[in-house]
Amino acid sequence: MVSFNLLVVVALVYVAFLFAVAFAAERRAAARREAWARSPAIYTLSLSIYCTAWTFYGAVGYAARSGLEFLTIYLGPTLVLIGWWWVLRKLVRIGRTQRITSIADLISSRFGKSTALGVIVTVLAITGTTPYIALQLQSVTQSFAVFAEESGRVWEAGELASGAFWVAAGLAVFTILFGTRNLDANERHHGIVMAIAVEAIVKLAALVAVGVFVVWGIGGGLTETLDRIDASRIARWEQDPARWATLIFLAAAATLCLPRMFQVLVVENSDERHLGVASWAFPGYLMAMSLFVVPIAVVGLDRLPAGSNPDLFVLSLPLAEGHDRLAMFAFLGGLSSATSMVIVATIALATMVSNHIVVPIWLNASGQGAMVSGDVRRVVVSSRRVAIIAVLALGYVYYRMSGGGTALAAIGLISFVGMAQALPALLGGIFWRGATRWGAGAGLVAGFAVWGWTLFLPGLGPGSVIPAPVMEQGPWGLAWLRPQALLGIEGLDPVVHAVLWSMMVNAGAFFLGSILTFPTPLERLQGAQFVNVFEHSQGPRAWSGGAAGAEDLLIMAQRILGAGEAQALFQAEAGRQGKLGYLPDVTPDFVERLERELAGSVGAATAHAMVGQMTEGASVSVEDLIAVADEAAQIMEYSSRLEAKSREQERTARALREANAKLTALSIQKDAFLSQISHELRTPMTSIRSFSEILRDGGMGAEASARYAGIIHDEAIRLTRLLDDLLDLSVLENGQVTLNMAEGHLPALIDRAVSAAGAGGPELRVLRDRAAENVTLHTDLDRLSQVFINLIANARKYCDAPEPRLRIEARRAGGRQVVDFIDNGSGIPPESRQVIFEKFSRLTDHGTAGGAGLGLAICREIMERLGGAIVYLPGQSGAAFRVVLPETAALAAE
Amino acid sequence: MIGRGRTPLFLAEASYRRRRLHDASRMVPVLGAVLFLGPLLLGPGGGGTRGVLIYLFVVWLALVVAAAVVARQIGRDRDRARQPGEGADDRAG
Repeated sequence: MVSFNLLVVVALVYVAFLFAVAFAAERRAAARREAWARSPAIYTLSLSIYCTAWTFYGAVGYAARSGLEFLTIYLGPTLVLIGWWWVLRKLVRIGRTQRITSIADLISSRFGKSTALGVIVTVLAITGTTPYIALQLQSVTQSFAVFAEESGRVWEAGELASGAFWVAAGLAVFTILFGTRNLDANERHHGIVMAIAVEAIVKLAALVAVGVFVVWGIGGGLTETLDRIDASRIARWEQDPARWATLIFLAAAATLCLPRMFQVLVVENSDERHLGVASWAFPGYLMAMSLFVVPIAVVGLDRLPAGSNPDLFVLSLPLAEGHDRLAMFAFLGGLSSATSMVIVATIALATMVSNHIVVPIWLNASGQGAMVSGDVRRVVVSSRRVAIIAVLALGYVYYRMSGGGTALAAIGLISFVGMAQALPALLGGIFWRGATRWGAGAGLVAGFAVWGWTLFLPGLGPGSVIPAPVMEQGPWGLAWLRPQALLGIEGLDPVVHAVLWSMMVNAGAFFLGSILTFPTPLERLQGAQFVNVFEHSQGPRAWSGGAAGAEDLLIMAQRILGAGEAQALFQAEAGRQGKLGYLPDVTPDFVERLERELAGSVGAATAHAMVGQMTEGASVSVEDLIAVADEAAQIMEYSSRLEAKSREQERTARALREANAKLTALSIQKDAFLSQISHELRTPMTSIRSFSEILRDGGMGAEASARYAGIIHDEAIRLTRLLDDLLDLSVLENGQVTLNMAEGHLPALIDRAVSAAGAGGPELRVLRDRAAENVTLHTDLDRLSQVFINLIANARKYCDAPEPRLRIEARRAGGRQVVDFIDNGSGIPPESRQVIFEKFSRLTDHGTAGGAGLGLAICREIMERLGGAIVYLPGQSGAAFRVVLPETAALAAE
Repeated sequence: MIGRGRTPLFLAEASYRRRRLHDASRMVPVLGAVLFLGPLLLGPGGGGTRGVLIYLFVVWLALVVAAAVVARQIGRDRDRARQPGEGADDRAG
């Protein structure tokens, strides 16, 4: 007689123990990257979630009702695991290199990261898994009820319902706690895997213990038990061959497609070599679990009252024989089977919901730019928690609505067929490069529809969704659409019928869809990566995350950060971990920190790809490549902009230097000019001052005074002329000259100039050729005559011939009209011919000629302003100046 | 055979053996499938549950052992292949 309260206490203690195991495993995993717990044994045991309460309790019921058919459920996975070289190896390799997080992720990723496919598979998974979760809740509450009955309290629907509720709530807490606390980038949940490994041992031990008890305790030994089989109602092997083969196929498909199996087989796999061990160890486990099912069934049929539920023989047999502790052990085994399935299935579903439904919607709504940042992580974690609660709530609701009465086996098979709809897309995706997302989508949708119509909806209860007349005669009287006799093929078992039709329609649609559509570039890339994964990736790594890994990382880090900084970083980390030397353990924390450091130098995407490749063995996914290329493009754009800026700055600096040089030169020129001017101005001023002093002092005759006054007057005039010239020159140079354009005749101009310069007399004879001078001018005549006057006056002053003669010749030279002024003096020496046009340059002693030396400078400025030129004409016997007259085109005045 | 030194012969044999190992790994499940479907050959009234049960479990055990042997060989071969001087033949072949 087991006190019900004692049972509850035992259950709670067991659960607390599981919590402790999970905590411990997580702590160890956080401290060391590949913890001791990552042994092949743990991996193999984690696969045991395939054996749920359906196995623990339902298999016996199944055997009691249908004989050996229950074995098909375990023969299927046996073939899949033993055949690891065909499919599982590739699946695991793809999962590792592509960082696959769920079956929806695999299918969506393979077909070009299609969100639609991810959603379809997620919905399929939820629909298929919810009944199964309800099944587990039902088993647990039924097992509680058995013990309650023993204590005298018969549980009614209300108590069953609340029992299920508390179980679901407790599972929600456990799953949220260990499934969503840390977002592992690879979606690995070390605590949970450890807990379910422990549960695997418990349930095997419990079932074997009950089995041993039944065979040798009650049954009387092996031969007696075998005899009992012969004498029982399942003695005859009357197996529907179609069902046998179909169910084996179905179980094999489920092994690959069930979200929880995918999670533990592919996602939680950390080392490919574990798969080799699991390939024989897991079938061994399945064999051990199935070994005692038939004995328990037949002994129960024999010894327990006729109406007992065979689904619970595992509990009721020990209880009936008074072995309470064994019964409690069996209860814990059943609890383990149910809870481990629910936990892993819920996590798998929550992962799919958050990754493929919530996050895409959120990213769409909030726009671009939130890669794996804090926002996305928060959204993912919260959506996962909500999804966990929602999934469990759905399972609870399904359990309540289904009334809890249907034989467990029926629900399980319906669920299997549903998830198996993912098989064509899965296998086609990893083996056939011609598979496209349209094909996959068509297959999934068509298969889902056929499954819903032929199995799921009828299975909700006759008449509940599909009315009875429709079941009999088909919708709208169309007999060929009858849910359990499509195309009029009757007599098939409903499950076989459903599997046959759904697989055919699914695969057919998949194949046709793929052949008739064209994949996107991303799909083709992904196709190549997935189908040819063995060419693109390495095998299981030789190192186990210890020193070798850290050293590789250090080498890489040194190349990027430089030896000093990399070593300092690693040494600091090693110190933090309490190790001596340079090499820390490669923990997830350290890897993250290293990635951040590297991101500063090469960009986040590149750092992520490089570190991921080294630590995970993951190949660089297309996504990563695109991110790296994006980043590289940004960096290059930025650096080219920087280059452009620096070139611009160089140019600016050069221009500034040139301007500075010019200003300096100008400043020097100005200084020179000022010093010369002051010199020029001082000289006449000195004369004026001294002579006026003499006059002031007085005491000289009228003739001397007149002479001195004359000198002062001359000097004053000279000074005035100098200042006038200076002003003139300044005006000309600044371009502020106003030119008065007028028409004039060259001969007249020259006449005026000659008389104004005081030439033509005995001092300077002027020779002219009037005929050649017959030119009309359109220019500033006053300015031009100023030039002529200057030249003629110069000739008069400086010509040193005994009989000074000035020839004025007008001619055409070089396409322009020129006037040459040639005297017969000694000319100007070659080295001085440039200098004479400069300001204040005089070739002789400045006092004698009475000029300031600005004349030719002014002439040059004037000619430049007028659009002509004045040059020294070499090769003449005397000094010769050529005035190039402006073109008759108008010269605009400023 | 001419021009064949000691080393090339060793390598060729090793990779040949490896491929045959992989073939063996592929054949075991095929054999298993055939054997598991065997009971279907029994016509109605042809057999007893007891006999089929024993048959299935014996086959099951044999398959597990065979798979264990092959898997262990593959693992050992892979470890040996990681020695310097040989290349790990990681193709699907």
